[in-house]
Amino acid sequence: MVDATQTATAPLDPVAAPVRSEGYWRSVWRRLRRDKVAMTAGGVLLFILSLAVFAPWIAPQDPLHGTMLMRLRPIGTEGHILGTDELGRDMLSRLIWGGRLSLLMGVTPVIFAFFIGSAIGITAGYAGGIVNTLIMRTVDVFYAFPSVLLAVALSGALGAGLGNALLSLTVVFIPPIARVAESVTTRLRSSDFIEAARASGASALTIVRVHVLGNVLGPIFVYATSLIAVSMILASGLSFLGLGVRPPNPEWGLMLNTLRTAIYVQPWVAALPGMMIFAVSISFNLLSDGLRSAMEVRA
Amino acid sequence: MTDPYVRIRDLGVTFTGGAKPVRAVGGVSLDIREGEAVALIGESGSGKSVTMRAIMRLNPEKRSRIEGSIHVGGHDVMKLGARRLARFRGAEVAMIFQEPLLALDPVYTLGAQITESIRRHEPVSRAEARARALQLFERVRIPSPERRLDSYPHEMSGGMRQRAMIALALACRPKLLLADEPTTALDATVQIQVLLLLRELQRDLGLSIIFVTHDIGAAVEVADRIAVMYAGRIVEEASARDLMRAPRHPYTIGLLKSRAHGAMVKGARLDTIPGAPPDLANLPAGCAFAPRCFLAADSCRRDDPPPLVALDGGRTARCLRVEHTHPDAIGTPAH
Amino acid sequence: MSPPDTSRADSARPLNGAGEALLTVRGLKKYFPIRGGILNRAVKRVHAVDDVDLEVMRGETLGVVGESGCGKSTTARLLMELIEPDEGELIFDGCKVGSRELPLKEYRRQVQMVFQDSYSSLNPRLTIEDSIAFGAQVHGTPKREALARTHDLLARVGLDPARFAGRYPHELSGGQRQRVNIARALALRPRVIILDEAVSALDKSVEAQVLNLLTDLKAEFGLTYVFISHDLNVVRFVSDRVLVMYLGKVVELGEAERVYTHPQHPYTAALLSSMPSMDPDHRTEEPPLAGDPPNPIDPPTGCRFHTRCPSIRPFCATREPPLADVERDHAVACHARVPASGYHDDAAAVPDPEKITA
Repeated sequence: MVDATQTATAPLDPVAAPVRSEGYWRSVWRRLRRDKVAMTAGGVLLFILSLAVFAPWIAPQDPLHGTMLMRLRPIGTEGHILGTDELGRDMLSRLIWGGRLSLLMGVTPVIFAFFIGSAIGITAGYAGGIVNTLIMRTVDVFYAFPSVLLAVALSGALGAGLGNALLSLTVVFIPPIARVAESVTTRLRSSDFIEAARASGASALTIVRVHVLGNVLGPIFVYATSLIAVSMILASGLSFLGLGVRPPNPEWGLMLNTLRTAIYVQPWVAALPGMMIFAVSISFNLLSDGLRSAMEVRA
Repeated sequence: MTDPYVRIRDLGVTFTGGAKPVRAVGGVSLDIREGEAVALIGESGSGKSVTMRAIMRLNPEKRSRIEGSIHVGGHDVMKLGARRLARFRGAEVAMIFQEPLLALDPVYTLGAQITESIRRHEPVSRAEARARALQLFERVRIPSPERRLDSYPHEMSGGMRQRAMIALALACRPKLLLADEPTTALDATVQIQVLLLLRELQRDLGLSIIFVTHDIGAAVEVADRIAVMYAGRIVEEASARDLMRAPRHPYTIGLLKSRAHGAMVKGARLDTIPGAPPDLANLPAGCAFAPRCFLAADSCRRDDPPPLVALDGGRTARCLRVEHTHPDAIGTPAH
Repeated sequence: MSPPDTSRADSARPLNGAGEALLTVRGLKKYFPIRGGILNRAVKRVHAVDDVDLEVMRGETLGVVGESGCGKSTTARLLMELIEPDEGELIFDGCKVGSRELPLKEYRRQVQMVFQDSYSSLNPRLTIEDSIAFGAQVHGTPKREALARTHDLLARVGLDPARFAGRYPHELSGGQRQRVNIARALALRPRVIILDEAVSALDKSVEAQVLNLLTDLKAEFGLTYVFISHDLNVVRFVSDRVLVMYLGKVVELGEAERVYTHPQHPYTAALLSSMPSMDPDHRTEEPPLAGDPPNPIDPPTGCRFHTRCPSIRPFCATREPPLADVERDHAVACHARVPASGYHDDAAAVPDPEKITA
């Protein structure tokens, strides 16, 4: 602890370079780095992401072409380490390529929903009163639908296709994110430092920019990260129903669907896409858990 | 002289949950006679609450290391088994808190909580227990007690809740009452009522009371003796009268002088203790108060903490330079 | 963003003599609705502040005391215009607040506030210097200049800028954070600072340091304080005049020493004699009042203190006593202090508030 009164007499130079504490995000990173579980989860995600990004160079074979002579080979077959699917295509290559579409469908809707939902929720939370009621009741109407049903209904209405699937998933994730944003903003709004900022004559927009965003985006982001897993599963579900990615393009959900019939012949091969979905979603969940505890300021 | 009712020897409590072990209490010895009220005063982090909680073994056992011995009415508290400890809490020692809403169960009426507590410790009928609850409510002077027994904690005002909590604490006729800042959250006119109630209970029921507070005024209203804590140790212990008349430890002297009190000259400056309380995870060598002390000499900053010095009138102070604080040496500080 | 009126904003402007009202409050009223029922209508109202008139004199420290629910914190927020009053107006230095001569933003530059909770009143994501400089930047000061002034202020409140400017609130102790809050309040060069329980959460040894700091700053910057606290000793020490509130009403207002030594309202007398005696040989023997303060939802009719008052007349329960002068600069709202009230007509013994003190 520092003796404050005695420093008052210290010689002063207002332009002297001050001792700067490490920034907030740097300290979050430092705490996160000590969290073994979160770092492992992050490593797994990084690995799968780089597989997807570098698929053309990494994948050993063409994911779209196979031969019927080699269909449904077990794991460990020569030339097909992870076996082949029902059309004789190399599973390893399809899993690597499939990561591209699956990650895209898992992450993109959440990113869009993060921005839109945060904007809606923060507006409602900071404005309060009647504006809050109007916005949040509207959001609640969408929130009332089960997310699977809403995604399927929207996709069905918009028509099949990747773009429409992304759009409908975005719409599905806006309400929950908006609700979280609204609740953290409302809680923050009654803090004394917001009152103090108002007392200094700052406009609502300035207060939101300087004092609100920095404090609420973190928690909202953590929540959004945990939605990525849900988004991947929903996206797989849409593909499964034929509303998302079309065959023959590889996507984990779609692969799971088509291999479903082969479950008695090659159960391990059929389970592979499901394992990938599981690995990615649990990694996102663990990472967001770690992030949440790393973001708590008070030690 | 008979054995004291409470006998604490070299109590040490170290919290090991955090990154660095924190020695919250570092060697506290304290005796309390039957029917005596003792106040532990000190600032936040001085270890006063931790010391008191140790008497009931309320500190988290997994995340703390406890040394020393505590005897209460013939029980060796450190060695009590789970069942004996449960009996001990309530029947021998009871505790009241700063915030009664956290200590009372919101979903039961006060009457139900008190009768349940009585029947858990003693084989009495429900009607008998209820009659005793009513007596307790009268005892703590809750108006229209019959009706109040059937109300829920949230239906009562702050002062009434505090009285109800005291009634609950007294349900099993404990001999020692531990009070953790019981009046801090109360308004001035209500605070004095609760302080006087505590004093009345001590006198009428022969209760021993340990009263933890940061408010010297509240301590003086209730306590026979006052122990001043700083950085996990008792630095001075004396009767309330001696302490207020002639404090001997430099910390107590500073604390009494720094208070705004009575008719002071407008615009005058308060005598302050410089600096801030030390970090318990990082205590300085020697006397923990030395960096803020107006009397400190080099010997204070060396080696071990200063020993407890016995002074006239059965009082003690933990200070190497205590002879310099004799009233003849510096003059009696104003109070 | 309108450029601030520099002629008024300049705090170095010579004072127009003492004893002149800097901030005048007339008929201030705030009821908080308690909503309930299926239609979410206001079923009850908390009478937080009920028809309060007061003046804050230039250069004085006005102490405000009272128990929880008496409306002292609501009054602070109303003075700061952080909540809208239901009725009433604020006049600052001769101009109505919110009018064209004195827009709200300009008023807030002149009046600042320090809160009780030193931690929650600082943005945990901003460094100390950014928090302090924020207000000045809002009013159009360039960042460099605002930061330079921030460093001056930090030094002024006893925090070495080289060591503290770049740190975050959670790295400081409670006393240090409250110094930062004081520096932030000073950053806009205000003329009035409202201190809402500003030292109540601090340890006693640190409280004394901060009180001394406040005394020094007041002299140095020519400030006017509104000092709200439940600690009667501290209020007596800092205040020139004291305002006593009870359930949203002003019950007594006068020169501090006079109020403390000769309280005129029975509530003030009871409040003062509720203070622990500090003398082990003369401990308090009898509590001056029984029971708790009534709930500010549906407060008692007539004189709000009549439910706890030691000496009442029947009409105290129906007729509300006005705040009236009993001597120079000492106003009290009690029928017993108004000769024409009829209080003394029935020849009963005159209650002596000082008897309660005894």
